[in-house]
Amino acid sequence: MNQEWNGFVKGVWQREINVRDFIQKNYTPYDGDDSFLAGPTKATEELWAQVMDLSKQEREAGGVLDMDTRIISTITSHNAGYLDKSKEKIVGFQTDKPFKRSLQPYGGIRMAVKACKDNGYEVDPEIVEFFTTHRKTHNAGVFDAYTDEMRACRSSHIITGLPDAYGRGRIIGDYRRIALYGVDRLIEDKINQKNSTRTIMYSDVIRNREELSEQIRALQDLKKLGEIYGYDISRPANNVQEAIQWTYFGYLAAVKEQNGAAMSLGRTSTFIDIYAERDLKNGTFTEDEIQEFVDHFIMKLRLVKFARTPEYNALFSGDPTWVTESIGGVGIDGRHMVTKMSFRYLHTLQNLGTAPEPNLTVLWSVRLPQNFKKFCAKTSIESSSIQYENDDLMRVTHGDDYAIACCVSSMRVGKEMQFFGARANLAKCLLYAVNGGIDEITKKQVGPKYRPITSEYLDFDEVMDKYRDMMKWLARVYVNALNIIHYMHDKYCYEKLQMALHDKEVTRWFATGIAGLSVVADSLSAIKYAKVKTIRDENGIVVDYEVEGDFPKYGNDDDRVDSIAAELVHEFMQYVKSNHTYRGGIPTTSILTITSNVVYGKNTGSTPDGRKGGEPFAPGANPMHRRDAHGAVASLASVSKLPFRDAQDGISNTFSIIPNALGKDASVFAGDLEVDLEINEDK
Amino acid sequence: MVGHIHSVESFGSVDGPGIRFVVFFKGCPMRCKYCHNPDTWEPGGGTEMTVDEIIEDFNRNKTFYKNGGITATGGEPLMQMDFVIELFKRCREEDIHTCLDTSGITFTPGNTAKFDELIKYTNLVMLDIKHIDSGAHIELTQQKNDNILEFAKYLDENNIPLWIRHVAVPGITDNEEYLFKLGEFIGSLKNVKALDVLPYHTMGVKKYEALGMEYPLKGVEAMDKGKAIECKKVILKGVRKVRHLD
Repeated sequence: MNQEWNGFVKGVWQREINVRDFIQKNYTPYDGDDSFLAGPTKATEELWAQVMDLSKQEREAGGVLDMDTRIISTITSHNAGYLDKSKEKIVGFQTDKPFKRSLQPYGGIRMAVKACKDNGYEVDPEIVEFFTTHRKTHNAGVFDAYTDEMRACRSSHIITGLPDAYGRGRIIGDYRRIALYGVDRLIEDKINQKNSTRTIMYSDVIRNREELSEQIRALQDLKKLGEIYGYDISRPANNVQEAIQWTYFGYLAAVKEQNGAAMSLGRTSTFIDIYAERDLKNGTFTEDEIQEFVDHFIMKLRLVKFARTPEYNALFSGDPTWVTESIGGVGIDGRHMVTKMSFRYLHTLQNLGTAPEPNLTVLWSVRLPQNFKKFCAKTSIESSSIQYENDDLMRVTHGDDYAIACCVSSMRVGKEMQFFGARANLAKCLLYAVNGGIDEITKKQVGPKYRPITSEYLDFDEVMDKYRDMMKWLARVYVNALNIIHYMHDKYCYEKLQMALHDKEVTRWFATGIAGLSVVADSLSAIKYAKVKTIRDENGIVVDYEVEGDFPKYGNDDDRVDSIAAELVHEFMQYVKSNHTYRGGIPTTSILTITSNVVYGKNTGSTPDGRKGGEPFAPGANPMHRRDAHGAVASLASVSKLPFRDAQDGISNTFSIIPNALGKDASVFAGDLEVDLEINEDK
Repeated sequence: MVGHIHSVESFGSVDGPGIRFVVFFKGCPMRCKYCHNPDTWEPGGGTEMTVDEIIEDFNRNKTFYKNGGITATGGEPLMQMDFVIELFKRCREEDIHTCLDTSGITFTPGNTAKFDELIKYTNLVMLDIKHIDSGAHIELTQQKNDNILEFAKYLDENNIPLWIRHVAVPGITDNEEYLFKLGEFIGSLKNVKALDVLPYHTMGVKKYEALGMEYPLKGVEAMDKGKAIECKKVILKGVRKVRHLD
């Protein structure tokens, strides 16, 4: 046995790459409270002050402090970069210094050039020439294959945000494997995989062999990345500091190689805790030292930066990297998976102050230990920076070693990946159904020339009938556009390092998405329960609607309309499923436009629910603004009726509430007279 | 039987313990100058609901109310006492925690038969003591406070858990002497579980405007949270004194 594994409980994880087995056999559930936690060290405080200073400089410089314009980012493209080498316990930046954004042209050279130009930089003309003439990019490949119909759908925004000009992201490498096995063992495993492919060279076998070769090369580069920073990561990690560092090197290599729409970390805390427990027991490190490693690790994750265009930032409301880390949850054997490390990760919000990244996500279960729940609540109140997701729902499909990519996409780490699929605009699709495929804004024939509705007042059955046909059409164009995108991404912008940290056989989730659900549900409800009059332009195209009378609105726990919303999700999913998907991808859908709902609304004309053209959609699966009139529980109840089995990629509900409506300030109302009598001591 | 319901709130987090389904009843005999729900004063009207309908609405989303329950408030829910009794009785059958938010104004010492029935099914009463001084109480609410204080004692004798609420209005209910007296009264009761001093706010002004009514406390500014905490401390002093805790 490797000496690095001394003290670990043996298992099948030693014979095969199987991190889950290692975790299950070795982790220590923690039921205690937060009193063991350590504050920031002097070095942590000084480093963070340095980061704050650089952040200030970056803001003053207009959002970007420095950009690469000559060096194409690869795993080994840069020398070591530091904030202050003498103080950093976990090291590594994407380029040779912090806050410098790297150049990543493989997704698309135009996007890379624009990202630089919009921020006042110019990409070296030789590089532009090279990626325009000699080396094709993902973006160029996609547009070579797009049909006219797909292009029209794209420019009319009935399908929006497609990852056809930038990295798709949403893939999580199992970065923990590097710490547990060392890179050499992983290379050996990949060589075995390559040697055991089928031998008749069908195109899928050829692709498989080529990809495995790419993966092996990426792993070799990963070792070199370690060497650049003075570490030998060919062998397993020996202690908790190394385990964090090895894991981080894997993640760092991924973000050096891919500027993906979401570059999530996975589920590392409970894994790392196993090393921490061993080190605490052996006296290798103290609690203060371990918290310092974690603080420095999280600090690095906060400093992941990409070169992006202002349009990209507008679509996603900011400059998100989605470094999501999933914490907690319950194992399938019934033991909760909260460890001391779960506390330490969340505690960084106290030690370093609050931050949106990394996106610390608690996999919530009713069975999490009470002390951890309390700590989460306390940290949420203080930081407003924790995301919660329902482990009791997701565990059913994904087991107990899944993680969240981006905000809600769940996948088994190292075993499942996702083809990210943006969103189809179902509200606009409804308008196309009314207008026979003519876009209500551009007045162009975008959809198929089906018979439009000619009556003055809309009839529910007629609208539904035409809407179904239009949804079928939309699902077909949409899924096929995605087929092209993922084919080309695999071909020209393959995630070789991340896929090297996956099993040989990978389940691919073929993600799609829906925008405008509540708009459509309310529109159909208005047509059904009130009277909706069409307002036409000089050519007879419906450009506006007048609603006469009241109608049930989604968000009030009213089954009459909630059932319309639920049925819509189910139907659209059926239409998606009836299409061929690239590489055997299993279709899923999501309802989660948390930020881009504004952009979708801007590009959609007036709708039969009374929403005027250009007005924002509600985010995700939210009810429309101010239409939920029965309080929060009724609103949440409407959302909870949406069928998760039809939207397994996630349903999001953005719930804002003023603190006073959540309960009383403890200083005003302790809820217990005896406590009051104790607290207010001054007599 | 139907209740005249002003509205329901599915997510009440300040009207009793946990997340609660809050039923606002129509009708109130008091005319508190700071009342922020004048639209509930007039008896009758509103939405007519049966006990079955309320219970059904509650049960639809039961999981949210695991540590909460149903709160009857208003208006003055006890203006429709028979309906509240029926509602709470049903809650008891279904094991739903009940909370009554009342001014106690309808209590009649010596004729407590209905109250005896009501408290059988009541888990918690939130009693709003507007003013401890009888004269000032009339000035503030157009009603006397003697029956209200009797109601508090009655609940105490019957071991009904009680939360006392008091709205601190600048210049009207924040007088130290009266606050201390209020504390002494509270201290004399053994079943008070919590004390809530609410700082007066002016969110009702808009409603008066919408209803075309003169706002009685025009010009009185909202009370600062810190000052309300100070008021509470004075009340607690009174409690300590009668309980010999100082």
